[in-house]
Amino acid sequence: MSAIIQVKNVSKSYWRNSLEIPVLNNLSLEVQEGEFLGLMGPSGSGKTTLLNLIAGIDRPSDGELTVAGTDIAKLSESALAKWRSSHIGFVFQFYNLIPVLTAYENVELPLLLTSFSKAERKQRVETALTIVGLGDRMSHYPKQLSGGQEQRVAIARAIVTDPVILVADEPTGDLDKKSAQEILILMDRLNKEFKKTIVMVTHDPHAAEKASRQLHLEKGDLVGV
Amino acid sequence: MKVLKLIFKNALRHKLRTLLTIFGISIAVIAFGLLRTVVTIWDSSVDATMANRLITRQAVSFIFPLPYSYKEKIEKVPGVNKVTFATWFQGVYKDKNNFFARMAVDPETMFDVYPEYIISPEELAAFKKERNACVIGADIAQQHKLKLGDQMVLEGDIYPGRWEFIVRGIYKGKNKNTDKTQMLFHWDYVNERMKVETPVRANDVGWYVVQIADPNKSALISNQIDALFKNSTAETKTETEKAFAQGFVAASGAIITAMNVMSFVIIGIIMLVLANTMIMAARERTREYAVFKTLGFSAKHLVGLILGESMVISFLGGGIGLFLTFPIVAGFEQAMPKGFFPFFYIEPITVVLASVATVLVGLISAIFPIHKALNTKIVDGFRFVG
Ligand SMILES: Nc1ncnc2c1ncn2[C@@H]1O[C@H](COP(=O)(O)OP(=O)(O)OP(=O)(O)O)[C@@H](O)[C@H]1O
Ligand SMILES: [Mg+2]
Repeated sequence: MSAIIQVKNVSKSYWRNSLEIPVLNNLSLEVQEGEFLGLMGPSGSGKTTLLNLIAGIDRPSDGELTVAGTDIAKLSESALAKWRSSHIGFVFQFYNLIPVLTAYENVELPLLLTSFSKAERKQRVETALTIVGLGDRMSHYPKQLSGGQEQRVAIARAIVTDPVILVADEPTGDLDKKSAQEILILMDRLNKEFKKTIVMVTHDPHAAEKASRQLHLEKGDLVGV
Repeated sequence: MKVLKLIFKNALRHKLRTLLTIFGISIAVIAFGLLRTVVTIWDSSVDATMANRLITRQAVSFIFPLPYSYKEKIEKVPGVNKVTFATWFQGVYKDKNNFFARMAVDPETMFDVYPEYIISPEELAAFKKERNACVIGADIAQQHKLKLGDQMVLEGDIYPGRWEFIVRGIYKGKNKNTDKTQMLFHWDYVNERMKVETPVRANDVGWYVVQIADPNKSALISNQIDALFKNSTAETKTETEKAFAQGFVAASGAIITAMNVMSFVIIGIIMLVLANTMIMAARERTREYAVFKTLGFSAKHLVGLILGESMVISFLGGGIGLFLTFPIVAGFEQAMPKGFFPFFYIEPITVVLASVATVLVGLISAIFPIHKALNTKIVDGFRFVG
């Protein structure tokens, strides 16, 4: 099996008032295609930072980063944006839906950058919303939905372009037990049925159990389980 | 299409805030239009003057008269084409709020020196022939529904008594800014009555208007005229009509300058109002811009969203403001005493300036939020807490 995500000797520091804050130290990691990786660790250990690097919304200070066959550390800003839109689906803790757009319009958003026709877009949006079980909520606005439903809309938005990799940063962090469980079942289904490679950051050990492999991050270093 | 929809939805997120901003821009545009209109009226009343006309008045003050006998002497100065004269009669027509100019003039020369007052030869002949005939501007005729043959009665104040006139001519303006609000009648008619009633005031004229052949010689001719009457009991001061008009409104000149400055200050204020709204809106949407960028939307898209919203608000405000400027300027004119302004209209340049200002306000207000949105890293956008 080929590793779809290859993180090799990656370091990342942030600068705050000309003070260097090292977050990740010379970290290496491989994720195989079709894997469901659970990333755990205490607050401030660098989980989000690592996820952002893999997803191409941040750049490493040092090291190599090959994702879905592309050396993304070397891409220009606009090439990286294009790469993201076709390879990565994003799920965030706070859903990050656009409040003035309906569920349908939110899910359609990433497709506006593609060359799909209106009819093709419609078909894809409806399919994605049906997969997450919200086929009957398309014209609802985010504030008319429950937290769990909002997160499902966000997941529909993440899968509508059919990306190979899904990254999720504490997708159940803001949800009650029941909704969280539904989201985890959905993630599991996306992994098993739709063959998505998933990297999920979570604090919740129960959530991490859904993953096929768990990794712990401690002060910027990986500790396997 | 989608983007336009999103722009409108964004603009309407805080309906009250957006409405207040639009309202603010409208009011500013109206104020701008009104101020500019008053400023252009002043400018064009100076522009309406002719370079080939000199005004000779009493040296001490405009309110003191000059002897009628000066006419012949001025006519003899080399370079002088024609001399006419006028006297400020004032009086009351119907009620005190009718402010138009009423002057006793020389019927023989008046319309030669003022070719911008257009009158038909028949009407002019009728005017010259009849002692108590008068000619009125088309605006006055329209305002008071006067036609040829109608009687106009003035209650004299400077020249006491009841004065009856018959309208024998109505003049039109050659240019848009020609004053069409005057009433002109025979100086002789007034003077004859003065000879009988108050002989000391007989044979006086208010000022002379001197038509010269070459406008470049105005300074020289002015000096020559004034030299004629040096050391007499009524010394004169001669200047171009333009200089005279400027001096006449010198006091208001300072106010006009202030209005001029104010009109542009107002544009600056709306810029701040809209910029403030846009900065607030963009700040609230920091996370959303991070989402857009994450999904692959480019700088071009974000510029479109922010600039679009700024433009929508400024266009709505500017459009409503411009639209309302016309009735409000008209209302303003109505509210002023009749004939207070000889003419009152919104110059096309005012509309152009207001439109340009509206576009600029929209553009400039978007610059800062755009800069901010483009230069915020995605990860920082997500970490942002409003
Ligand atoms: N954009 C940034 N600018 C400056 N410092 C940052 C930035 N992002 C993260 N950091 C710092 O890097 C460290 C790791 O942050 P990160 O968000 O990756 O942690 P985390 O493991 O996701 O924590 P949590 O569980 O609280 O989400 C923290 O000390 C954080 O303050
Ligand atoms: Mg985190």
